[in-house]
Amino acid sequence: MPAAARPVTRVRRRLSGDQIAMRWTLVLAGLALVVVLAAPMAMLLSRAFEDASGAWVGLANFATYATTPTLAASAWHSVWTAAVTAIVVVPLAFTFAYGLTRSRIPGRGLFRAVMMVPILAPSLLPALSLIMLFGNQGLLKSWLFGGSIYGPPGIIAAQIFACFPHATIILAVALTTADARLYEAADVLRAGRIRTFLTVTLPGAAYGLVSAGVVVFTLVVTDFGIPKVIGGSFNVLATDVYKQVVGQHNFNMGAVVGIVLLIPAVAGFWLERWARKRRAATISGRAVTYVPKPRLARDLPLLLFCTGIAAVLVGIVAIAFWSSLIRFWPWNLSLTWDNYEFGRFDTAGWGSVLTSLQMAAWAAALGTPVIFVTAWLVERTPAAGFLRGTVGFLATAPLAIPGLVLGLAYILFFNHPSNPLNLFYGGMAILALNSVVHFWTVGHLTATTALRQLDPEFEAASASLKVPVWSTFARVTVPICLPAGLEIAAYIFVNAMTTVSAVIFLYGADYKPAAVAAVQMEESGQTSAAAGMACVILAVALAVKTVQVVVSAILDRTTQAWRRR
Amino acid sequence: MVGSGATATLAAGQAPPITGTPYLVVEHVAKRFGSFAALRDVSLTVEAGEFVCFLGPSGCGKTTLLRAIAGLDPASEGRITQGGRDITGLPPSARDFGIVFQSYALFPNLSVTDNVGYGLRGALWPKARRRDRVAELLSLVGLTDHARKYPSQLSGGQQQRVALARALAPEPGLLLLDEPLSALDAQVRHHLRGEIRALQRRLGVTTIMVTHDQEEAMAIADRIVVMNNGLIEQVGTPEAVYRRPASAFVAGFVGRSSQFDAVMEERGLRTADGHLLPTPILAPVGTTLRVFVRPEDVRLSAATGTGLSAQVTALEYLGPVCRLALEDGRLRLEAEASPDEIRDIGAQPMVRLGVSLPPSRLLLFSSDA
Amino acid sequence: MLRRIAIATLLALSLPALAQAQSRTRLTVYTALENEQLGPLKALAEAAVPSIEIAWVRDSTGVITARLLAERANPRADVIWGVSVYSLLQMEGFDMLEPYTPPGASALRPNMRSDRSPMTWTGMDAFVSAICFNTVVAQQRNLPRPSTWADLLNPAYQGQIVMPNPASSGTGFLTIAGWMGGMGEAPAWDYMTRLHNNIQVYTHSGSAPCNNAARGEYGVGLSFDMRAVTLKNQGAPIEIIVPTDGVGYDLEATAIHHGTAHLDAAKALVNWAVSRPAMEAYGRWYALLALPGVTPVVQNYPSEFAERLVAADFRAVATQRDRILREWTSRFDGKSAPR
Repeated sequence: MPAAARPVTRVRRRLSGDQIAMRWTLVLAGLALVVVLAAPMAMLLSRAFEDASGAWVGLANFATYATTPTLAASAWHSVWTAAVTAIVVVPLAFTFAYGLTRSRIPGRGLFRAVMMVPILAPSLLPALSLIMLFGNQGLLKSWLFGGSIYGPPGIIAAQIFACFPHATIILAVALTTADARLYEAADVLRAGRIRTFLTVTLPGAAYGLVSAGVVVFTLVVTDFGIPKVIGGSFNVLATDVYKQVVGQHNFNMGAVVGIVLLIPAVAGFWLERWARKRRAATISGRAVTYVPKPRLARDLPLLLFCTGIAAVLVGIVAIAFWSSLIRFWPWNLSLTWDNYEFGRFDTAGWGSVLTSLQMAAWAAALGTPVIFVTAWLVERTPAAGFLRGTVGFLATAPLAIPGLVLGLAYILFFNHPSNPLNLFYGGMAILALNSVVHFWTVGHLTATTALRQLDPEFEAASASLKVPVWSTFARVTVPICLPAGLEIAAYIFVNAMTTVSAVIFLYGADYKPAAVAAVQMEESGQTSAAAGMACVILAVALAVKTVQVVVSAILDRTTQAWRRR
Repeated sequence: MVGSGATATLAAGQAPPITGTPYLVVEHVAKRFGSFAALRDVSLTVEAGEFVCFLGPSGCGKTTLLRAIAGLDPASEGRITQGGRDITGLPPSARDFGIVFQSYALFPNLSVTDNVGYGLRGALWPKARRRDRVAELLSLVGLTDHARKYPSQLSGGQQQRVALARALAPEPGLLLLDEPLSALDAQVRHHLRGEIRALQRRLGVTTIMVTHDQEEAMAIADRIVVMNNGLIEQVGTPEAVYRRPASAFVAGFVGRSSQFDAVMEERGLRTADGHLLPTPILAPVGTTLRVFVRPEDVRLSAATGTGLSAQVTALEYLGPVCRLALEDGRLRLEAEASPDEIRDIGAQPMVRLGVSLPPSRLLLFSSDA
Repeated sequence: MLRRIAIATLLALSLPALAQAQSRTRLTVYTALENEQLGPLKALAEAAVPSIEIAWVRDSTGVITARLLAERANPRADVIWGVSVYSLLQMEGFDMLEPYTPPGASALRPNMRSDRSPMTWTGMDAFVSAICFNTVVAQQRNLPRPSTWADLLNPAYQGQIVMPNPASSGTGFLTIAGWMGGMGEAPAWDYMTRLHNNIQVYTHSGSAPCNNAARGEYGVGLSFDMRAVTLKNQGAPIEIIVPTDGVGYDLEATAIHHGTAHLDAAKALVNWAVSRPAMEAYGRWYALLALPGVTPVVQNYPSEFAERLVAADFRAVATQRDRILREWTSRFDGKSAPR
């Protein structure tokens, strides 16, 4: 047939109402992320190129930065403390996770619960406990052989405590998804235990190891609470931002340090993405779950190890609790509940706990649906590749942004007189919003993981049945992902309870969060009251986490019957 | 490009005479993903009530064509009409079809009843009618006893039938099946394909099934669409595709065959080794041809007199028939014969047998194809 | 269903905040005063000026100043009450202060009020840099009691002194500004270089050195007097030493934020803030008050230090701040890791 004779008819694709709605909602989500994340960050970062009066100075601030030796030293301090923390935490967490997933030690559920404790506590808590233990008047001061806890030892020790659960959770997931058939094959091929470990277990967990290392590194680099309390005069990037902004009121240099602070965090972020892509190619959809058999030679050492770790974690919390009851450390060790009369130390008193509860509840209640719907749109909107990529990137970016930097960005952006959103400034809304954005990434990744386990043709199947995509979302997607949704909500809630750095600049007259109150008490020498407030925060977070676990179990029984065979 | 020229008379794989009315018309459809052309100028007509299979190797474009018809990945160029309505650019929800995915895409948190009744909503489907329709479909696919179960509590074959019932429930004009049987084991697959065919006959719904399994396509389809490299190679009944393949690709892809090159001479075909197979003149004298022959068309005899002969190199006993591999110089042939015949001619490995290839059964294609 | 319950709970939680009284004018007051001072001051002020209601936003001097500066495009504070004069001078430089002379302000000590007319700020009280000396630790480690800055150069104090980093703490800056005022700049740098050998840690916050001394972490903490008094009153075994060879001081001051929507109410509050009853209230915690003739009643406060104050030109010091800090940072901060 003569091909030339035929005119080519280009097809004009028409989208259904659903598809158009999905696309516009995704655009909306993208715009929302621009408003609550990209625009404030851009506004802050632009300060790095201005002087105090707002005039453009190009790279002059960066030149000043580069020629100030102390600032460069801080960058190196940040990197090496973060690296050492990661190098110590990852093997500890790996061994602990190995005990949780690959052994038959008793009390694995309890170990799993205890392991979570540091996530539930504000970062002030381990720092205070370490000072009680190893400070110059510390109970175990002699263990340091004349060394000082203030500075890198204290920072690293406290960060190990704070980062341990993050690494353990990631590694436990990595070790759970192992394919039993590989172990059978190794067994049949007469590989020894060590060889099997080196050739099967470690490569299988390689992505988890990279990911855990990166997460720990990023957390340490961006955290500012621990180095502030226990870092002595050891400068790191996060405290430099504080020093520039709070000490010298130099926002321009603060923005410069903020940009420098983003470099290691962003580098870690890309490394993690790279590792995730590589993993996608190696994972098999038909893996058989590995069930370990009891073996004393493996289980006994693991039991001892896990007990030791759990004892340390509980011990640190117990020390903090004990210190909250002390009348005046270290001169009057009699016990009292007086330190829990927070009104004596802070005008907000117990009100700050209520503020934190409200803020965390709002953040969880509003953040969870928004984050979940956004993740779903990124995964399931037809075509629109560029849009999905952009929104997906914005959703994963907050992980790399230190809370202090985000908080400053929020002041400058949301308090700008020409910003119509400035009426939210100083209120509860801005605190909740800031918490949602700050912890968006982990929620997004949790939602994405849950969504990727669903059949990719759900939306196509419902379209063929003329059922609106929203109906399928509500009837199928949401019910299936309910456990993941609860997890996101609990995560946001707990982190909003404990965070300081993101909200320290944002709280208004009536809304001082409890974690900020704890930091202020510590600063004014009310150590016991600060420890008490930290313990209250921990208790609230623990209660919420417990509620989540219980509700999950109930939901599992009542609505997830379809999961059982 | 293929099936052209000298062999036109032999390989004209024409569809059987059109009896019904055209229901689905695909005209010059192309689909590109970036720079990759998954479909290139595809045209096809499907009659109302017909069962058509898209058959081809993986990557040939058969699933792409199905998804273009469904609107899941709309075509880049061309025109698709269904029942006279142009649906080329329409979204899936504006079309009229039911689909069964390879993964079934059953809703795991909904019971069998809820899955089947999922598309039965709105004013058209009041509760009672909806209940009746679900019951009707469940009995149709034999799952009445499993109505309250969840998909994960069913076997693969049962899940497949739920997916089928769900797709059929809103009485679509077109049923699309995307490799619906590939996840099942051989016996279930065999059984289910019979059921699907019977059901389709009973309901009379126009059906398109994508498969890479030629036996499945032969068994189930009214017509087979053989695809390769984003193009339709041939459209025809199973018999036409098998007996009168339109191209060397179809001859080689569908069914078993032996193939060799030969040159057309006045007295017959001259093989590369110089043997002459006596035939009438089937193509312009002097042209080089690719010759295909089906195993059951290779005639064997004990006599090794004047004609072609070949040595038995392997013999497989398959029950009703035996399969032989034969070799003579560069010529390799596959043949089939009944066990009785094998015994009669004394065929066993290393023995030479007389071979004849009936000219009317040879499939010839110009060898540059 | 669950969601509905959650929302209902949230609403219930938020109600108290919404239900606040609207009859009085609500003033948002930014402050760096100590927490325990806020309650009594609020009660007294609201009793004296019934038309206002005070909503505190309290943080350390550094944080509150950073907030004020960050918010300056769209101010949230109506009044600044109890913030370092250095911060107020910085704000004055950005025209952030409302010029207003409260009646009676001229009675304040001349060096404790704004030199502009109308005034941009009025002083409340002075606080000085001081040494927190832990007597228990001193006994254990055999440390002599210092009475002058020069005493701190004694090698016996090596690794026993902790002071705030002037680059991150206003108190730290106050301390070195005092040395410069008292000794002259070049001798002050020389003094700091020698003192550096005895310093264990430069802390980020101004309160931390005294807190640390009170907890016995270190024997000697350089901080400010108010902090030390609070800790001593809690029972800390510390002695508060105001060195006899001249101390730097800072003022806590009051100002109206330019552009406040409640100017009249703000003026009413500031009027009260310079009044005698207000000064008597400050006198519960501070020994040197802006209004002459008011007798402080503060406990455990070192007496007779007014004459030890070094002459301070706040505005001159404020303008030199960046240069001094840069110099300090390059000399000491990089080498300040604990030994």
